[in-house]
Amino acid sequence: MSTATTTTQVDAEDLRRRVRDLLAEHDPKTTDRLEFLRARFDAGLAWVHYPVGLGGLDAPRALQAVVDAELEAAGAPDNDPRRIGIGLGMAAPTILRFGTPEQHQRFLRPLWTGEEVWCQLFSEPGAGSDLAAAATRAVRDGDEWVVTGQKVWTSTAHTARWGILLARTDPDVPKHRGLSYFVCDMTAPGVEVRPLRQITGEAEFNEVFLSEVRLPDTLRLGEVGEGWKVAQTTLMNERVAIGGNAIPREGGMVGVVAQTWRERPELRTPELHQRLLRLWVEAEVMRLAGERLRQQLAAGHPGPEGSAMKLAFARLNQAISGLEVELLGEEGLRYDDWTMRRPEIVDFLGRNAGYRYLRAKGNSIEGGTSEILRNIIAERVLGLPAEPRVDKDVPWKDLPR
Amino acid sequence: MTDLLYSEVEEDLRASVRGLLADRSDPATVLARVETDQPYDLDLWRTLATDLGVAGLHVPEELGGQGASTRETAVVLEELGRAVAPVPFLGSAVLATSALLGCDTAAAEVAALASGERRGALAVPLSAAPSAPFPDTVRVDAEGRLSGRVGTVADAAVAELLVVPAAGPDGPELRAVDMPSDGVTVSGIVGLDLTRGIADVTFDGAASRRLAGPDVAGTALTNALITAAGLLASEQLGVAQWCLDTTVAYVKERHQFGRPVGSFQALKHRLADLWLDLVGARAAARYAADALATSSVDVPVAVAVAASHCSSVAVKAAEECIQLHGGIGMTWEHPAHLFLKRAKSTESALGTPGRHRAALATLVDLPAPVA
Ligand SMILES: Cc1cc2nc3c(=O)[nH]c(=O)nc-3n(C[C@H](O)[C@H](O)[C@H](O)COP(=O)(O)OP(=O)(O)OC[C@H]3O[C@@H](n4cnc5c(N)ncnc54)[C@H](O)[C@@H]3O)c2cc1C
Repeated sequence: MSTATTTTQVDAEDLRRRVRDLLAEHDPKTTDRLEFLRARFDAGLAWVHYPVGLGGLDAPRALQAVVDAELEAAGAPDNDPRRIGIGLGMAAPTILRFGTPEQHQRFLRPLWTGEEVWCQLFSEPGAGSDLAAAATRAVRDGDEWVVTGQKVWTSTAHTARWGILLARTDPDVPKHRGLSYFVCDMTAPGVEVRPLRQITGEAEFNEVFLSEVRLPDTLRLGEVGEGWKVAQTTLMNERVAIGGNAIPREGGMVGVVAQTWRERPELRTPELHQRLLRLWVEAEVMRLAGERLRQQLAAGHPGPEGSAMKLAFARLNQAISGLEVELLGEEGLRYDDWTMRRPEIVDFLGRNAGYRYLRAKGNSIEGGTSEILRNIIAERVLGLPAEPRVDKDVPWKDLPR
Repeated sequence: MTDLLYSEVEEDLRASVRGLLADRSDPATVLARVETDQPYDLDLWRTLATDLGVAGLHVPEELGGQGASTRETAVVLEELGRAVAPVPFLGSAVLATSALLGCDTAAAEVAALASGERRGALAVPLSAAPSAPFPDTVRVDAEGRLSGRVGTVADAAVAELLVVPAAGPDGPELRAVDMPSDGVTVSGIVGLDLTRGIADVTFDGAASRRLAGPDVAGTALTNALITAAGLLASEQLGVAQWCLDTTVAYVKERHQFGRPVGSFQALKHRLADLWLDLVGARAAARYAADALATSSVDVPVAVAVAASHCSSVAVKAAEECIQLHGGIGMTWEHPAHLFLKRAKSTESALGTPGRHRAALATLVDLPAPVA
């Protein structure tokens, strides 16, 4: 990691001053959106906890809220995180931690400004929960790697410029040890993206076929054979990215139902009232637990505790969106549109109640299923013994498939 | 003692319906149909209604039906649920037929629906609970002309006869409208459920005939909704059964970590619990069907129990089905979503579980606290 030499800690006042300077030099009303975002990145106000020179100021992560609030109040454009969630939440922290200085310089700025969309090429038809079983092969050829295989459920592959790719570089060692991690050029010859339609009607995810895709070795992240370790960073961050964002009270799914409840007295029943209040309390408790976790992690990287946030997030989103359909009664029987589309953004709170209900089903599958997250909590937080494993010490190529 | 089992005749009936559906309406076929301009399979409906004669099972023989009972109708609903078959059975053979059976002057209409000669629909929102007051959104004038609107009517798009609860000059009435008809607009709705059509129906001076006047209309409608809510529980049981069977089969096959995912205790226990939920759902659905068949005094309780329990079990089974399939369960290509959408929609149909529990509070004397 290329953290700059220790500077004096930046505080909130300091950040406010820097925001004022940015706004003075780049009036959002007259500055082109992209130009503004680049200037914000260069001013270290993109993600303040990132190193100086890479969009940050080595400031405490919690102070990001100060910057965001100031910029929002000034009417500045944001980087539309719903379009670039995988880049921001998963690729960036992995690149920061394992990338070379050249990779930092090349990737982080356009990732943050949204000029380049990222996708995650991890899951395969035969390797979902058991991600370490990935079969996509990367074979070295001089300064290049030749990659062949199939990825699946790849969200935003259709808009992506780059993908974070887990591939097998050594089939002769046990599965966790034979993986390497690459940045995949989605425009390279041999990359084919096909839409996969979801239960919501749209195709947010895709199948990605990789046929002898040539990637220069400079696109490798981390050492050869260390792909599993690098992927852990991505996964831990993914789980925090899906469930652990700082939100205001009623900022998530519960806010949508709370608003309906307030506006539609005719829908209220005592039974739904009790259930809504119970879920409201759970949502608020989880929001506070997330806040507390972020305070604990202020400096470090998310650990297995982050998985708990995603687990709770999925459960709550599903319960609340399910309640909403029930609450709406006759209206809940309707849907807005089943037309097959390839959306540019993913918004769990978007569209209508039926969409939210159906999309929330994915929350307990994407980024590690709730069952896998429970195993992680049981084994890595509570220290409970793992199940006897038949697949850990066998060379990957000898595993039953 | 109430008979909670299936008779041999009922098992034979199940086998023939299941055989037909396996042949003509497997999930892949249903999925392919839902986005065409004919989401209903009316050929299949004709075979069911005319050849198998299942549209008039709980209609007495003298009225042109099979003279069986709601127990047999319930068995058919289980199978239709298990196949999410896109046929207007609930609207025609259950809702409209049950309403007509409560009218004094509807013999011809009953016979037409029971024989499958015509398809009917009951013009109430699918979400209507049996305890809801008689609807007043449609009015009938002294000349029998209807005006007003009803939303989310099940199977209205393919109905040739609408049974319409309407507020008349002297009180509630049930009116018949032959479809298509001047002054009636049926607009299909994009529904959450892809395999049962709902439509908004607008009346603008449409001619109608009287089926039941103020003395019986209210009771006829309530009884129809109670019957339908009680029988819907069997459809929900069928939905849940498909979800359980399909999931169990999948987790036996799907390997991760070098073993079938169904060998993980976390999943085994979940599926064991779900199986237990279905044991309860089957008993409750059978009890409701039997109580309706014998006009038991316990019908209101039996229906409220079955409706509240089976709704929730179907939703849970469908949700578990998606979850335990992992990514493939989130795809359009896999039929699980058809069952999730059916389950979630029927949870709001004919009274939510909460409404049925609220009805129970009175029925079994467990009153709400006094404010
Ligand atoms: C909406 C959505 C978006 C996604 N986006 C991406 C993406 O952008 N990039 C990407 O790489 N992947 C993505 N995924 C894939 C996702 O990560 C996988 O679907 C997930 O890891 C599960 O893998 P699987 O689908 O193969 O299910 P399986 O692993 O086959 O699981 C089937 C069932 O078995 C259970 N199970 C498996 N192992 C165990 C165990 N040891 N103990 C108990 N239960 C177990 C699972 O929890 C699940 O319920 C996405 C998925 C969804 C639904």
